[in-house]
Amino acid sequence: MSTLTSVVPASFDVERIREDFPVLKQKIHGKPLVYLDNAATSQKPQSVIDAIVKFYTVDCANIHRGVHELSQRSTAAYEETRAKTKRFINARTRNEIIFVRGTTEGINLVTFSWGRTNVREGDEIVIAGLEHHSNIVPWQILCEEKGARLRVIPINDRGELILEEYEKLLGPRTRMVAIGHVSNALGTINPVRQIIEMAHRAGALTLVDGAQAVPHMKVDVQALDADFYAFSGHKVFGPTGIGVLYGKTKLLNAMPPYQGGGDMIRTVTFEKTTYNDLPYKFEAGTPDIAGGIGLGAALDYVAHIGIDKIAAYEHDLLLYGTQALSQIPGLRIIGTAREKAAVLSFVIEGIHPHDIGTVLDRQGIAVRTGHHCAQPVMDRYQVPATTRASLAFYNTIGEIDALIDGLKKVKEIFS
Amino acid sequence: MVHDLYQEIILDHSKRPRNCHPMEDANRRAEGYNPLCGDKLKLYLKVENDVVKDVSFVGSGCAISTASASLMTESLKGKTRAEALKVMEKFHDLLTTDSPVTQELGKLVVFCGVRDYPARVKCATLAWHTLKSALNGVVEEPVSTE
Repeated sequence: MSTLTSVVPASFDVERIREDFPVLKQKIHGKPLVYLDNAATSQKPQSVIDAIVKFYTVDCANIHRGVHELSQRSTAAYEETRAKTKRFINARTRNEIIFVRGTTEGINLVTFSWGRTNVREGDEIVIAGLEHHSNIVPWQILCEEKGARLRVIPINDRGELILEEYEKLLGPRTRMVAIGHVSNALGTINPVRQIIEMAHRAGALTLVDGAQAVPHMKVDVQALDADFYAFSGHKVFGPTGIGVLYGKTKLLNAMPPYQGGGDMIRTVTFEKTTYNDLPYKFEAGTPDIAGGIGLGAALDYVAHIGIDKIAAYEHDLLLYGTQALSQIPGLRIIGTAREKAAVLSFVIEGIHPHDIGTVLDRQGIAVRTGHHCAQPVMDRYQVPATTRASLAFYNTIGEIDALIDGLKKVKEIFS
Repeated sequence: MVHDLYQEIILDHSKRPRNCHPMEDANRRAEGYNPLCGDKLKLYLKVENDVVKDVSFVGSGCAISTASASLMTESLKGKTRAEALKVMEKFHDLLTTDSPVTQELGKLVVFCGVRDYPARVKCATLAWHTLKSALNGVVEEPVSTE
């Protein structure tokens, strides 16, 4: 790697940051863990783990119910995360922050509640050719049920949306444009602000799947003018089981509940139930309280490091990784968008990604191999699968070098 | 070590798979699919008087699944249906249990390393699942490992 020089700013002390992530201190098959599967899930800093332990150790109680001290503590901690989330993505009010299990449930909530009320036969939903299955299948189900039509924005060879084609798809029947902010399979950062503006001009609403964006870049839902924005806690260094759906107040107020149960009601009789106000109308049953509290700690952690610093550091890692991978003969990077997050998806001629993944694993390197829940993207590039290294701010230049060495070993075995 | 998995004979069969071609006059066929990794396999059998006279395959997959299909075709010729299914059962045990490695599987014992890689068992068994459905008759739907 002598021809490559590090461009990482000295102010970003990655070794200090790595100290915050206990999972990174272990060896796998006798080698230091190199965790490059962050697009699947991210690792958790000690502060997140501590927040969850503290909840179960001293604060555990159900929320919104009791007058007793523990219930007040757990309610306060859980609701504090709502306030933090509001600030983190710049929602107008905390009532626009609906807690869900994750991005998938957020999208399903919208297709179920908004979709069943507003989509009619012959209407059209627009998604992109880059979508994760979670932003395809719920819309497909809705379209099948309503006799609506799902339309797909094509992508070019770099993995970028072709906006001229998108423009042509928009029309009087377009009800919703549902778009991934950042592609999990390729790393493409979509021009969502422009996409939303075009959708609004056509009279359509917009939903953004932000699962891969929120951990890596500043997201401002008001600046984007997104109508709905969903993301997962576990990809932003928080726990699994908790996620967020942001929606504009006016839209959420007009939507029927998603699930019925406790907490989402105001009064219940056998004749008639009246529903609670936002955000509780959409939060039936006891939520993942510990997860919510853990998410709050995660957002604090990211804010403490600084999302702009994170984005800049990861961009440098991406450039370094792209250069380094490009020097391996027979390796082709899938997804070369000009605006890209730190995802390196690639194929090596004659070697199946599963074999690459297994050999890398034995060297302590965790990558994802497969279709990344984006089979249409794989079809577009006519590959059954890719190997994907997805980076986070705790990854290092040294770890990318380890990946390169690992791939050399792969080539030794299979050449 | 990873070489316990990728033994020389496996690498050889993955790079130069044997009996890897379609068969025009096959009287049993089946398709196998592993949705997890996208591996696809078409298996062709010529069975006469309950004996496997010829067997071939085409498909795309990882080194383990390709080598497994290749070595399977070599091991099947001349076997009755019951014998073939018996080999399948023993092969499955080899991959998924701690049972002692016996030599009766012949060359197929090179796959014993797979038992230390649970995520790869499906790669090694795809061809055999497909064989089972081919022997049980012509199937409409591709057999899936999921």
